[in-house]
Amino acid sequence: MPYQIIVCGGLAPDPLQTLEPVFDPAKPSLKNELMLPAVFDPWAAHALYEAGHLAKQHPGTVVRVVSLAPKAKLQQVMMTVAQKMPFELVALDGPGGGFTDAAAVSAALAEAISAMADLDRSRLLLFGGWESATRGAGVVMQRVAERLGITEQFLAVDELSVDADGSLVIKERIEGGRHQISRCAAPPAMLAWATGNLPEPPNHPQTGMANMRVIMPALQKAKPVALEPAIEYLRTALPAAVRQTRVVKDVPAADIAREIAEWIRQ
Amino acid sequence: MASSTSASPREHLQTLPGDDIRQVMWRFADRYDLQMLVQSTRAVARGPVARLVAEGARHTHDWTAEKHALLEEFDAAGITAAYLEPEEGGFLEGPKNLALALIAFELAWVDAGAATGSLATHLGLAPIHERGTPEQRLHYMSLAAPAPGKEPKRAAFALTEPIPYVGVETGMLGGKVRIAEWPEGGEPVLEVSKRGRFITNMAFANFVTAAVDSDDPRIKGSCMVILEETDPGIFDRGTPTRKLVHQLSATNDPVFQLRVPASRIVGGYTVKDGVIIPNYDHGAIIEAVFRRTRVTVGLMTSAKLLSAIEPLIRYHRDRFRGSEAVSPGSPRYELGLQQKEDVTHRVIDIWAAGEASASLGFAAARLFDQLDPVEREKDRVLAAQGVHGGLAAVKALRKRQHEALEFIEMQAHSAALRGEERFERLAHDPVIQYIVLDAQANVLCPATKLWNTGHGSVMMREAVSLMGGYGITEDCPGFLGYKWMDSQLEATYEGPEAVQRRQLSLTMTNEVFLAQFRSWIHEMRQIASIEPGTGACTLASAMHLWQWTLNHLLHAADSHGQKLYQSNRQGVTFPMADALCWLLAARSLILDVEHLRRHGAEVIQQGFQGAVQFFTDLCHVQAARAAGEAARICTELVFGYLRHPSWDDDPQCATCSFNEPELRQIESVVPGASGFTGDYLRDDGAHETKAGPCVRAPGLTDFSRLRSKLDGCLAGALLAKDRAAESVQKVMIPAALDYPQ
Ligand SMILES: Cc1cc2nc3c(=O)[nH]c(=O)nc-3n(C[C@H](O)[C@H](O)[C@H](O)COP(=O)(O)OP(=O)(O)OC[C@H]3O[C@@H](n4cnc5c(N)ncnc54)[C@H](O)[C@@H]3O)c2cc1C
Repeated sequence: MPYQIIVCGGLAPDPLQTLEPVFDPAKPSLKNELMLPAVFDPWAAHALYEAGHLAKQHPGTVVRVVSLAPKAKLQQVMMTVAQKMPFELVALDGPGGGFTDAAAVSAALAEAISAMADLDRSRLLLFGGWESATRGAGVVMQRVAERLGITEQFLAVDELSVDADGSLVIKERIEGGRHQISRCAAPPAMLAWATGNLPEPPNHPQTGMANMRVIMPALQKAKPVALEPAIEYLRTALPAAVRQTRVVKDVPAADIAREIAEWIRQ
Repeated sequence: MASSTSASPREHLQTLPGDDIRQVMWRFADRYDLQMLVQSTRAVARGPVARLVAEGARHTHDWTAEKHALLEEFDAAGITAAYLEPEEGGFLEGPKNLALALIAFELAWVDAGAATGSLATHLGLAPIHERGTPEQRLHYMSLAAPAPGKEPKRAAFALTEPIPYVGVETGMLGGKVRIAEWPEGGEPVLEVSKRGRFITNMAFANFVTAAVDSDDPRIKGSCMVILEETDPGIFDRGTPTRKLVHQLSATNDPVFQLRVPASRIVGGYTVKDGVIIPNYDHGAIIEAVFRRTRVTVGLMTSAKLLSAIEPLIRYHRDRFRGSEAVSPGSPRYELGLQQKEDVTHRVIDIWAAGEASASLGFAAARLFDQLDPVEREKDRVLAAQGVHGGLAAVKALRKRQHEALEFIEMQAHSAALRGEERFERLAHDPVIQYIVLDAQANVLCPATKLWNTGHGSVMMREAVSLMGGYGITEDCPGFLGYKWMDSQLEATYEGPEAVQRRQLSLTMTNEVFLAQFRSWIHEMRQIASIEPGTGACTLASAMHLWQWTLNHLLHAADSHGQKLYQSNRQGVTFPMADALCWLLAARSLILDVEHLRRHGAEVIQQGFQGAVQFFTDLCHVQAARAAGEAARICTELVFGYLRHPSWDDDPQCATCSFNEPELRQIESVVPGASGFTGDYLRDDGAHETKAGPCVRAPGLTDFSRLRSKLDGCLAGALLAKDRAAESVQKVMIPAALDYPQ
């Protein structure tokens, strides 16, 4: 049986860029935020790759990405993301980044999903990242699910498989480096993904171009969304403990881990 | 930096130019297919390619399994299929010159050898693509298409031969073809013998397009043939070339002695009176091939120059950080070597050269995209008139040249002032459009190859210098040392600089090109009247000077009465070609920046003004530099072939208009004025102590006027450089390079 998978995913600034907060109580941001190249939020990206994988196993499954982000940036990011696998896009043109309010973002996402006329909720799998790389509030997906009335919610998911009877077997991360395995009889369900198990699919321009036929019109008719500022920011700053990015070669993973552990201990 | 105080308050470049700016400048903002190709190629370049280089794969010229694995990366990322038509297994519709240019640019950003490896496959296919029969095209292009689970067949292009045969002189073919068998009523079987030198892809190519000459009275002239690895006979890949550069491509000296059916003659043949007449000789094929592929080579060097900017800025800024003597917040900590004016000015020189060469190369690639369908349409129209290529086509085109000139003339006038109906007819006539675009392409292609790689290698050396000792080590961030060395190969293969200069010296005197060049001068003046800060006026003055000089050289003789502009006088023709390239590159950059100014604001959401201002200043810097180079060359050529006047001709110095006491008097009133008075007689009545009287060439006063006007036009250029250099100090760069080192 095919699923209807919706992946909620925003953008994050390219992590190799210089990220410097600029404080403005009304509108805090990163320096030159709109000029910096962005990437699809890595946590949501894992969710997207898992969705693609599931869609391949269940022919007829449609994957839709719902994204709230500045439209022009989203378009640039789609030039890479759209090459990974087939999907449709529902774009909301609004602010992205780490300073938006999780409640307002989830309301906008839920509204866009509710407005999908052809959505069969009995086959709906709502995917997203368990947190974002911009803010890491870790609450957006639960809020979207609640607003949509989806009560089966799984957080920090690393694996999803479907049993012969159609039930979903879900592996969630819990404390102490362990996993909890749950069985969910049927959709609708919300899965907020941790890293999953899949590598990033290679770029495939042909897939991208096929996707763009539906993605470009979606970007053109992206609804502008103004998020009500519900949070008051008192201060923004980089974490006090800053580690200089270092590109190394020929260093085994164990040595890298040892070095990081020593740095944390200091 | 003291000089920065002279700059007016203004916006600066905030971040290094991103994809959004590039898409607008290089005109692919509406081409999502190309934007995706850029992203997928970039992922290969900054991933597997960069890792290979960092792991030391360049240390051997042997073709290793690790290097070979790159080919699969190219296949998976759509790089291999980008050259193919959809029906052949490709995915890009329409002409593909800009697509291939972008691929070369992205790969060479990290390693030009990887770019060469990918392009050589396309080069091997190019004879078939450009001149193959429909059957050859479908068969071989489809073989070259990657598909899941299927490794594509790969091609190589074999023209160059061991000494004393083909090199720059492509007519000196040692490779031979003769008829081995010609069964009654059947297809002839050819015996092909060819030795290659420096053939890229040869370590693994499955088939080769080889240039050979007839060694049999039953075959007319030369041709190119397709040789397959499974053909009966010898298909010896030969020894790897012990090259110092481009180590991620495979280069060998192969030997072929094979029997192949005559249907392998690229473009087919006819039989007349028992003689095989190939439809295309090898010269016609390589001309069609190189005129496209040379553009992509030129863009490799451009990419490397632009890729050097981020590592240079980071190195300079961080140079003193970490020292106990340099505290955070101090200028030495924040700016490091960027405190020194020379450092930032030289970075600007590299940046401006990189931008101008990229603008020139992408303009050439786009021009070929425009030309390709027009050329096909022109062939169709001529064929309908019974003209099928060769000399007949040349004659047919020449006959209509005056109409092309009329069209160019009409373009300069507003619609109201020209016969619109006639104009529209010419604008939609494929033959006329072909003549116009072809004249441009015949200049832009060699100009890109020549200037981008030649001047590019000089500027790459500059980049290496600015990294200090690091620059010339394997650990240099951005692999700048490798990139410098590699640029010498980009300047050499697919025709060294002499070949490009030779071609330019012919094509730049084509009246159809020169008519367009005149309209470009006007175009630059118009831009300058709206945006004076671009240096477009300086450039227009330099273009005018070049045009005057060319016209002069075409008609003048040296002091021995020998004609100056003639094909064997490379001392005249070649420098003029060099001068033109400087002008064309600066013009291309100005046009791209003007396009950005007009169309960028819609898509660039932040920092637009600063970016445009910075690029405008780069234009000015480059225009001034180009003007200086062109003026230097023109002046040398105009005056250098005159005989210097001698005191023997005129011992009494009839031209001396002053004597020494008069001169002293003048000097006491206006200090320095004596420098403008020309020759004078000393107190004792003798002439000055120098080579002879000053040169007076009444016929050259126009030149002197233009030259002195141009000198004045340089005003402001260095203020622009100061401003741009200030941006280099202030621009935000990423925390780390996005590929390993
Ligand atoms: C790594 C590598 C890869 C290559 N890949 C290929 C390939 O895939 N296929 C292929 O066919 N070839 C390939 N080549 C060959 C390359 O195209 C030739 O080396 C190049 O065209 C020059 O020929 P040559 O070396 O014989 O130079 P020569 O012909 O000996 O010329 C040497 C120099 O003499 C001067 N000169 C020569 N003729 C003239 C003239 N008429 N006027 C003025 N000056 C002149 C120029 O300065 C020139 O650079 C490759 C070369 C290298 C190094």
